[in-house]
Amino acid sequence: MPSLDDLKKRIKSVKSTQKITKAMKMVAAAKLKKAQDNAEKGRPYSEKLQNIILNLTKSISEGSNAPKLLVGNGKDKVYLCVVITADRGLCGGFNSNICKLAKSHFKKILKEGKELKIISVGSKGHDQIKSEYGDYIIYKKSFKEKKQITFNEANEIGKKVIELFEQEQFDKCLIFYNNFKNVITQIPQAEQIIPTYIKLEDKNKEKALFYEFEPEEDEILEDLLPKNVSIQILKAFLENAASEQGSRMTAMDNATRNAGDLVDKLTINYNRSRQASITKELIEIISGAESL
Amino acid sequence: MSQEFKIEIISPDKRIFSGNADEATLPCFEGQVTVLKDHIPLITFLRPGIIEIGKNEKFYTEDGTVEFSDNNLLILSTTIQNLKMINLEQKNNMIQEAEKVLSSNQISDKQKYILNYKIETLKQIN
Repeated sequence: MPSLDDLKKRIKSVKSTQKITKAMKMVAAAKLKKAQDNAEKGRPYSEKLQNIILNLTKSISEGSNAPKLLVGNGKDKVYLCVVITADRGLCGGFNSNICKLAKSHFKKILKEGKELKIISVGSKGHDQIKSEYGDYIIYKKSFKEKKQITFNEANEIGKKVIELFEQEQFDKCLIFYNNFKNVITQIPQAEQIIPTYIKLEDKNKEKALFYEFEPEEDEILEDLLPKNVSIQILKAFLENAASEQGSRMTAMDNATRNAGDLVDKLTINYNRSRQASITKELIEIISGAESL
Repeated sequence: MSQEFKIEIISPDKRIFSGNADEATLPCFEGQVTVLKDHIPLITFLRPGIIEIGKNEKFYTEDGTVEFSDNNLLILSTTIQNLKMINLEQKNNMIQEAEKVLSSNQISDKQKYILNYKIETLKQIN
């Protein structure tokens, strides 16, 4: 049985932890609003861009010297995985969920006898991956000092990816991030960005529109596809930012509640032992008086 | 019958413009294009220049992609700004930077073409 003083100290410390988690929750909630707005604002751009590419690919004649970024270079040997995580911890399962998904993909890729290369964005993910797959990481980047991620940052990563593709360093590129569904659910996702992945169901939806192109289709595609890579990465960044704050908010909310429960429990303990000691003292006094 | 059609300008962080107008002039890669209602479906991309929508709205852009279909004009650009938002100092900085890049010799013809347009457009802004 801990002494009264010990209990008092513990209650105090749990209470101050609770204050911190509560503050973090509030901050996350405020940031979430902004991040969510940004993610939602970013969606139309990437959707529309994909739409245009889809329309373009429909009109481009099958198989004819289509850009490699669109159809791939015909090989399926080296995989580049871009793992996007947060730079800060204390956000529940956010980082580990992405890493778990990424690691299961890594395992599959290696099992099939294919080559693996990793780009890690965000320091937390890097820490988790490097213990097991450290040798495969070819490039790491962290935007810790940046307050908000904009197109410029995404473009930086996008350019790097395209540069590597042009040097034929890899054949396929996957990107891992958390898709923000709502505050409680964030779904870790793997998405293929090179070659450009076009959903099958969309392909069947024939829109009999005949476009005029200026300049030629392949020239437009050449301009558009690198942009698309950057935009897809930006989208992943924005979704990730919103997910991170959402995840942190829920995690901190839980922590605050747990701290509250703990305080209640400790307070009951404290009161019981206080009463016990009073009863004990009374008994001592009474039995002392009786023996006189 | 109204001669207006729908125009949307979207950048990665926000919807910059959304509304109706009866004409739009775009600085396309191979020359200026004016789009009126019932233009045939068009996909093209932009070089640096001024986008004019109707009579009042003007935007400065450095690149972008344009799609026109079903009387919907969609402009996607990462570097688009309303002309009113650009001040003199910003403009001069941009010209200086572009000229610096232009004077270094390691750029391709395409980049040169784009940069020349950028400087020219910026100088026209007052």
